[in-house]
Amino acid sequence: MIEAEFIASLIAASMRAGTPLLFATLGEIIAERSGVLNLGLEGVMVTGAMTGFYVSLITGNPWLGILAGGIAGLLLALIHAFFTVSLKVDQAVTGLMLVLLGLGLTGFLGRDLVGKVATYLQPLNVPFLSTVPYLSEILKHDPLVYVGIFLVPLLWFLMNKTRYGMELFAVGENPEAADTMGIHVDKIRFLAVLIGGFLAGIGGAHLSLAYAKVWTDGLTAGRGWICLALVIFSGWMPQRAIFGAYLFGGLDVLSFKLQAIGFGVSYHFMRMIPYVFTILVLLFSVIKEKEKFGAPSALGKPYIREQKF
Amino acid sequence: MGESMEPMGASMGAMESMEANRDTILEMKDIVKVFPGVVANDGVNFSVKRGEIHGLLGENGAGKTTLMSVLYGLYKPDNGEIFFEGKRVEFNSPGDAIKAGIGMVHQHFMLVSKMTALNNILLGYRTPKDPMMDYEWARSRIEELSKMYGIEVNLDEKIINMSVGEQQRVEILKALFRDVKLLILDEPTSVLTPAETERLFKALKRMSAEGLTVIFITHKLREALEVTDRITVLRKGKDVGTLITKNTNERELARLMVGREVEVSIEKKKSAAKEVLLRLENVYAKNDRGLLALKGINLSIRRGEILGLAGVSGNGQKELEEVIVGTRKVEKGRLIFNGKDITGLGVRKRIALGISCIPEDRIETGMAPSLSVEENLILRDFPNFSKNGFMDFGQIEAHAERLIEEFGIKTPSPKVEARTLSGGNIQRLIIARELSRNPLLLIASQPTRGLDVAGIEYVRKRLVTFSEEGKAVLLISEDLEEIMQLSDRIAVIYEGEIKGVLEREEADPEKIGILMSGGELEET
Repeated sequence: MIEAEFIASLIAASMRAGTPLLFATLGEIIAERSGVLNLGLEGVMVTGAMTGFYVSLITGNPWLGILAGGIAGLLLALIHAFFTVSLKVDQAVTGLMLVLLGLGLTGFLGRDLVGKVATYLQPLNVPFLSTVPYLSEILKHDPLVYVGIFLVPLLWFLMNKTRYGMELFAVGENPEAADTMGIHVDKIRFLAVLIGGFLAGIGGAHLSLAYAKVWTDGLTAGRGWICLALVIFSGWMPQRAIFGAYLFGGLDVLSFKLQAIGFGVSYHFMRMIPYVFTILVLLFSVIKEKEKFGAPSALGKPYIREQKF
Repeated sequence: MGESMEPMGASMGAMESMEANRDTILEMKDIVKVFPGVVANDGVNFSVKRGEIHGLLGENGAGKTTLMSVLYGLYKPDNGEIFFEGKRVEFNSPGDAIKAGIGMVHQHFMLVSKMTALNNILLGYRTPKDPMMDYEWARSRIEELSKMYGIEVNLDEKIINMSVGEQQRVEILKALFRDVKLLILDEPTSVLTPAETERLFKALKRMSAEGLTVIFITHKLREALEVTDRITVLRKGKDVGTLITKNTNERELARLMVGREVEVSIEKKKSAAKEVLLRLENVYAKNDRGLLALKGINLSIRRGEILGLAGVSGNGQKELEEVIVGTRKVEKGRLIFNGKDITGLGVRKRIALGISCIPEDRIETGMAPSLSVEENLILRDFPNFSKNGFMDFGQIEAHAERLIEEFGIKTPSPKVEARTLSGGNIQRLIIARELSRNPLLLIASQPTRGLDVAGIEYVRKRLVTFSEEGKAVLLISEDLEEIMQLSDRIAVIYEGEIKGVLEREEADPEKIGILMSGGELEET
């Protein structure tokens, strides 16, 4: 039964590899729903990854590391929010700056962390499940994987069933309309960007503390960019984001797994899969009508009230 | 009328005395609002009584919307005080105004098009189950309001699928739902068919009867006279008078609005029918959202005539304009201009053939705002004003000076940025450019919108003389009066189809109104 075992381990690995993507994608969905595009996701994730790794290394507590990763992401997002929401600076420019800042800073500060072993997140041992074949394999994860899964219905609920969700939606669709109904556009956008940064930071920390379990320069390897594509893939809906994240997680691990069983294609080609897939997703989303995919209408546009006469 | 103060509605019979005794709900004193380069409100005093429908009348740019935006907390006034229900108020955001009981229906609706009517009405509102959305509670409240004022909407429909009239009803319900005491309507009829306008007026009168106060912003004299109790007229940022509606008339209002006596109509002889200049054969085109906006348009424009295209905006007028100019792709069908198939021709070639256009959106598509006046005057012909690839500025300036003189464009010099001109002068600039090219066909889209009365007169006269030279005008306008006055024939567009073409003699506002709202005329 090599196939069954292979598939079980592939599913499990997809979920683990997909979790950093899931956190960052969910965070970015919130930010973009409010109308703010954070192209700096790659920088935010990598900062979360390094900070989390460092804090876990010195404290020996991976949970503190995860929290620190989230806070680091939040701080980077704070820069983005301040520039784009408060100062109305172009969102793309600020986002790209975050990428450079995050990659540069972590490359420099993380030099001494390379090769170190931090305390990483241990898989959860569910007493009963561990005796069931295959299923035990598929469901044996660190707790953050489950937090990610739990976040999906939570965010779906908040976004679709509560006033917070309605206001978030309205601010991203028609900020002027929201403003005239007394909704504080900038406040909501600011918060949304911060939450997005926090989740992306946690995603990064999961990468270094549960998935890769090491720190290397540029550990995220383009995952931030993939997450931006995943937001489009998911149509800005949390419930779809989880499939996209796990699918891309799967593509990521597939190359390792196929190599392990002696699949005869060059490793380098296999490593390209997620990136090629990203391009395909973006192409697909351009071909399909924008309406259907539901991009927030005011995405990328700063809101300035007293502009017109 | 010297009775003592009575509580509201004590005796419905004594309307006269009630009017006198109504307390003042709103008082705006000495409001000043300055925008860069423009004094939009220049010390305006404005006072409204409880329960009345108060018209705020003025030409475009007189400062009506600015004054109401100041009241609604959208703009911060540079000077002045506002008293609402006897208390001095200072609104920093619309949220403050809503809390105080002021609602506003903007000219451009403030609705989230991808959300349902229900969610739009509830936007920003805290239902009893907050932060959960208490739809059941909201629904029953809205239905109550709908019945009370006769304002029906389909609550579960998304805004994007609604007619403009229905969207407006959503906007009104949005305000009523928040228990407003004062409702501001900014040019509410400009997007409505005549029947929808009637319906709106009925609802407004019911609101007023229930004790709600309504401020009705308009530049249409007739509507102000029909629906209001009192009228305040603004001119150039100043209040020039408040009148009791039943004691005034169109003439007096027009004089106050413009500041001088105005001639309301223009002489237009019926033209002799000549050969067809432009023929559209079964033309289909899509709008920006990719939906069909023109569905098999058949239309001919003859030399020597003004063909008016009536219709509520958003029924395909913009797309039709662009299809003829050549900036929008024709999906199916043909355009024959002067005997030649131009369906596949680009914009430049069509210009060369003699098609000119005064676009609806003057600033965005009609000109280059940051270029100078003289550069804007040669936008379509700059190759003719260059030597060996270099611009010939001497010739350009001479050309500009000639047109400035001929068309009466008020500008400090041909070298100033075109954006600094007033709306009326921008329109003169565009007309000068288009007519100086000696075109055969002129498409004039909302050519007088936003102009003062003098500007309107000027533009209309120009269009008439142009057509009398044996050339053709396609006049696209939402202003029925303008269409009726200028056109030789009137075509009505509705949802991308021509519902009918009427000769000038057989056309009346009622017939056009029926066609505009998608109805059919009975054959006689």
